[in-house]
Amino acid sequence: MADTRYSQEHEWIRVEGDVGTIGITQYAQEQLGDVVFVDVPQAGRRVAKGEACAVVESVKAASDIYAPVTGEVTEANAALADAPGEVNADPMGKGWFFKIRLSDKGELSGLMDEAAYNAFVKTLG
Amino acid sequence: MRYLPLTPTDRRDMLGVVGAKSVDELFRDVPASARLPGKVAGLPDHLGELEVERAFQDYAAKNVSPSTAPFFIGAGAYRHHVPSTVDYMIQRGEFLTSYTPYQPEITQGTLQYLFEFQTQVSLLTGMEVANASMYDGSTGASEAVLMANRITRRAKALISGGLHPHYRSIIETTAHWQGYSAVAGKVDPEGLEDLIAQVDKETSCVVVQNPSFFGHVRDFAKLAEACRVAGALLIVVVTEVVSLGLIKPPGEMGADIVVCEGQSIGNGLGFGGPYVGLFATRDKYVRQMPGRLVGETFDADGKRGFVLTLSTREQHIRREKATSNICTNAGLCALAFTVHMTLLGEAGFRRLAELNHAKASELADRVAAVPGVTLLNDSFFNEFTVRLPKPAAPVVEALADKRILGGVPVSRLIPNDPSVEDLLLLAATETATEAGMGPLIAGLKEVL
Amino acid sequence: MVQSLDRSQGRAGGLAADASAAPATFTGNRALQIEEPLIFEMGQPGRCGVDLPEPPKVKDRLNGLKRAGEIGLPGLSEPQVVQHYTRLSQKNYAIDMGVYPLGSCTMKHNPRINEKVARLPGIGDLHPLQPVSTVQGALELIDRLAHWLKALTGMPAVAMSPAAGAHGEMCGMMAIAAALEARGERVRRKVVLAPESAHGTNPATAAALGFTVKPIPANERGRVDLAALKAALGPDVAAIMLTNPNTCGLFESEIVEISKAVHDAGAFFYCDGANFNAIVGRVRPGDLGVDCMHINLHKTFSTPHGGGGPGAGPVVLSAALAPYAPYPWIVKDGDKWRVAEDGAAVDGKPLGRLKAFHGQMGMFTRALSYIMSHGADGLKQVAEDAVLSANYVMASLQDVMTPAFEGPCMHEALFDDSFLKDTGVSTLDFAKAMIDEGYHPMTMYFPLVVHGAMLIEPTESQAKEDLDLFIAALRSLAERAKSGTAEEEFKAAPRFAPRRRLDETLAARKPVLRWRPSNNPPEGDPMKQAAE
Repeated sequence: MADTRYSQEHEWIRVEGDVGTIGITQYAQEQLGDVVFVDVPQAGRRVAKGEACAVVESVKAASDIYAPVTGEVTEANAALADAPGEVNADPMGKGWFFKIRLSDKGELSGLMDEAAYNAFVKTLG
Repeated sequence: MRYLPLTPTDRRDMLGVVGAKSVDELFRDVPASARLPGKVAGLPDHLGELEVERAFQDYAAKNVSPSTAPFFIGAGAYRHHVPSTVDYMIQRGEFLTSYTPYQPEITQGTLQYLFEFQTQVSLLTGMEVANASMYDGSTGASEAVLMANRITRRAKALISGGLHPHYRSIIETTAHWQGYSAVAGKVDPEGLEDLIAQVDKETSCVVVQNPSFFGHVRDFAKLAEACRVAGALLIVVVTEVVSLGLIKPPGEMGADIVVCEGQSIGNGLGFGGPYVGLFATRDKYVRQMPGRLVGETFDADGKRGFVLTLSTREQHIRREKATSNICTNAGLCALAFTVHMTLLGEAGFRRLAELNHAKASELADRVAAVPGVTLLNDSFFNEFTVRLPKPAAPVVEALADKRILGGVPVSRLIPNDPSVEDLLLLAATETATEAGMGPLIAGLKEVL
Repeated sequence: MVQSLDRSQGRAGGLAADASAAPATFTGNRALQIEEPLIFEMGQPGRCGVDLPEPPKVKDRLNGLKRAGEIGLPGLSEPQVVQHYTRLSQKNYAIDMGVYPLGSCTMKHNPRINEKVARLPGIGDLHPLQPVSTVQGALELIDRLAHWLKALTGMPAVAMSPAAGAHGEMCGMMAIAAALEARGERVRRKVVLAPESAHGTNPATAAALGFTVKPIPANERGRVDLAALKAALGPDVAAIMLTNPNTCGLFESEIVEISKAVHDAGAFFYCDGANFNAIVGRVRPGDLGVDCMHINLHKTFSTPHGGGGPGAGPVVLSAALAPYAPYPWIVKDGDKWRVAEDGAAVDGKPLGRLKAFHGQMGMFTRALSYIMSHGADGLKQVAEDAVLSANYVMASLQDVMTPAFEGPCMHEALFDDSFLKDTGVSTLDFAKAMIDEGYHPMTMYFPLVVHGAMLIEPTESQAKEDLDLFIAALRSLAERAKSGTAEEEFKAAPRFAPRRRLDETLAARKPVLRWRPSNNPPEGDPMKQAAE
């Protein structure tokens, strides 16, 4: 998945054309444990890179999801409302959070590729 | 000391295990400048149980107990009969001396009664979901405004002139220090206020009370609709929860958040606390709700059980992003509420409400017949406002001199406002008797 | 370690047979453990637990808003209600049953005289808005408690009305904001410093008041890193919020230097008084440079925890903050008491009002009763016995569990989970196994700065024999965990409690927060089975 980039906050973004799909990584879902609730931004909302725009909750923890890039939300994963467990079962697939139309694809260069992210995770022990 | 089990021998043996010569060594991290040479000076030493009880009887003797005097005070706290079962039940050590049910396997008692409490509150208020209680109604009202601000992402609360002045004051205090705006309507003794025109696109919520502080029973359906159109929330406060046995519930009027003072059910007057705040809302707002929530689930053997849930809203997880800084609820007062409400049931609760209304109706007619007294209410539940021919505060004092506890002068809660100086709030519950009403009427005639 | 374990001989040694192997009963009950439905599954129309007279017929004056339709409350008779709640009570652990070592919560004995005096006619039945001439004794009582709290803390003033510790925290931080506003520094001083180990309420309170919370790291001794604190102090800092003794159960030995540095920077020192019970009667926070501190009456002064409230959180204030105490003020004019309520002239600039009426009187009464029962001599002994007991627990377990920091500790002993490393047993499993041994678990996973934290607070209320049995039980559990053969046993715990581990994920994913007729009936309902 050469087009997938990763943030230090353990989000991934997969870009097709000028739209990126965003979710959390396998490592992040393992750290959280059973996900019980996901709050995703509504389509049409403009978010800035680094802005807290979604929330993922397990029984004992809550984490903000920060937009890895600037842009406009085009779609949210409505299925997570009834099936938050998808984030655990398939974090890189059915467990995606929202899609965003990128304002500046240049922002992607500040994110890690898969190899760099895997190396980053290793440093976390 | 009867409460301290360690003997001097125990202490010596324990110090031996610890490896310290004296207990002072254990306090060695305290800076020398703050170490007291002995006990705190100027305070008495310990007392036996008999002496303690006598001291409190002395305090009690300097007060006038409502059970010994004609009593017609309300204004947000109401005197009702509490069945003996309630007080017995809340004094069971398993309830009294347990804590927050962090370990659900060994606190199903607390969790189940809170689940029953949440259900009762939902039913009474006509709302979809209720939490496991707040400190009291007054702090709950302030939390409701904060919740509305979060949901609407707005920062202007509109406060009815019929809201209890203490509640209004708390909301204003919180608004000032937490940085939002609270716009209070004009004091509304006649019950004629209409806030619809003031609801705009910046309004996060409108806070009204039913019956109002002055006793008026209002329909807020149109206000609820105006709020819905403007994107604001309607918060309905109920300070006399017994009224919900007779009056259309806020949920049926379109309220988004309902906050009640639950003291009337199960909890004595207690000079102002502890009481129990009821807090209910719609399902869709549950994750913005403050306070604890109990939910149903199953254990490893498939048996139904209850747990604290959705706790990611709370301070111990969310820290600076929590919905509220509250840790506790009013657990034991919620139990008192639930036990009393369970004793009452559908039939008992409705009858209790009818009795209150009937007693207050009788009192209103008799007080209004006293020369110079005007009843301000066309509608009321168990409390109403009268205008006296002179300032109410000295009248209440003069009645107190006759050992009659004859209501609350509005000026006590709304000071420095000449328009309310002559107004008196009077309440009558099921506890009112002819032996009380007679002296009140006679006393009023003498004093006025 | 020299211990007298007479009572535990033969009890802690062998493990009882697995109850889950016992045959099922028809009712689902197991002797004293009785399965109990919800009241909504019990009621019958026509039953009622009260007898109220027929109301006289009056024309209603409800503005046409009479409630229509059923509310949906069940009808039960009084004996049913008594049985129901008695059975529920028997599913609870409680201080009255034994060691309840929940760290930071201070589960000490709750004397029953407190309950009695709180209910005396003339105290428990007073209306808060009775004319003040009829409540002179009540006002004097509040003032008497205020006097004790001021004397014990060495502080000049106290705000009595906050309803709980967190509410007191809000009050104290508002007072600080008010003092800063008066100095014209509210806008500039936006930062509140709090150690990483702070209670969650501290950042929640500060954030609610618009402050930015900046964490201060701890040093390797579990105390505030003074150098890091000094580096963080600047003209933008409003206050530090510090718990002392801290949440690791340690006294901040550099507290005087900390308060001096804070004051030199023009900031205030908010002390979270959650752990005042460790030093009451021996150390006065006023002597440490504290500007304000809330006091959890249910912790230090034994008002009942009641399943999680009600509490009370009076806040003691320094001379700099005293003028901002919220309404109401209890004031003595000559030989008469009065209540200065909203708008009344007082010797200060009250920050507003935080609670209806005058505060948690029922808790004041109980706390004062506890205080008078102990006196200055007894309260000092309370702190000493609490600290001694915690150190005794720590010393008795240090060879099988791993203390997080070197002692001495104050009122609670903190362990990390390194003694469980590679055993497959977690802090949670260890705690759940304590339930089967008849104990309430300690506080787990708090403070956050210690991995797999276990915070044990025995309080002053336990006899040495009971501490010894508790210690022996924990030693047995630690040894079993480390044996490497008991992982499954720990994962399955608790097995003897009214419920096994509950599915909290299910509860949070599909919240069922009230009973509805459509909710599932309880599993194994014998009446339902009999009907089928």
